[in-house]
Amino acid sequence: MSAVATALRDLWGLFVEDTSFTLGMLGSLVIAAFAFPVLRLGDAWRGPALFLLLAAVLLENVRRTAQRRG
Amino acid sequence: MSWAHVGTVILAAFLASLVEFVEALTIVLAVGTTRGWRSALIGAGAGVLFLTVLTLAVGPALQRVPLSSLQLVIGVLLVLFGMRWLRKAILRAGGVIGLRDEAAIYAKETARVDRVSLVTSFKAVTLEGLEVIFVVIATGARGLLVPAALGAVLAGSLVILAGVGLRRPLARVPENTLKFAVGALLSGFGVFWVGEGLRYRWPGEDLALLGLVGGFTVIALLAVAAIRRSAAPASPVQVRGHP
Repeated sequence: MSAVATALRDLWGLFVEDTSFTLGMLGSLVIAAFAFPVLRLGDAWRGPALFLLLAAVLLENVRRTAQRRG
Repeated sequence: MSWAHVGTVILAAFLASLVEFVEALTIVLAVGTTRGWRSALIGAGAGVLFLTVLTLAVGPALQRVPLSSLQLVIGVLLVLFGMRWLRKAILRAGGVIGLRDEAAIYAKETARVDRVSLVTSFKAVTLEGLEVIFVVIATGARGLLVPAALGAVLAGSLVILAGVGLRRPLARVPENTLKFAVGALLSGFGVFWVGEGLRYRWPGEDLALLGLVGGFTVIALLAVAAIRRSAAPASPVQVRGHP
């Protein structure tokens, strides 16, 4: 049982280190999947827009972490 | 059937497969160099075995597998995994997280079979391999499956040889630099596959991958520069030079 728990904890740790960062990324992906079509964003703009969303999440999280630890 | 026709099929399958093999090699090389070769190669081997069994079992019916769903799931996992890695590499390069503990963890992880490395290699080889199978089936339609498969095998052999050649030079690059690059690579691949899964029309098609990886690299470098600039006055080393 503890081996299963360890495996699940390892698996969780693969993708989640900072919960707010993971939620930010998942939020961006949900926006890309559901909001872009509703907003009628042009087909060729959806990929770059997803990249910009994720880049913003990354930059904001790195800035906040650096401030907190600095 | 003319030789020109057969040759065209071989060339088309070779070129199309080459792109997919290079994409798989990039991830296996990146994961192998940063997390250890044993697990990366086990993952890649398991991927090849899985594809072989799948091909023998279902053959041309593979054309009906919903590739976009697979791309979406793997893309999301790669985004979560790759960006987590990139974030950590940025924080380390910026001096927010220490390097010493990471080196110890890295040494511990490379000594045993590493699940991260194994699963990432497996996913990359399986997904890209599936695309190669689709390429072979598509280009080899109308009774030309053997020439198409030959083109794919030639491309695969060429890419494996290139991978063996690149292994040693990559081992000399500092660990955090590699993790930085791998984070950018996996994030780029992840966003690309999510887009493919959502049926986005990428500008430049597969070339958009280069733009995404380059974009993540630039963003990460800017983040490191910003952290270093804001941390400089508080750093003991800097304070000594600037009273």
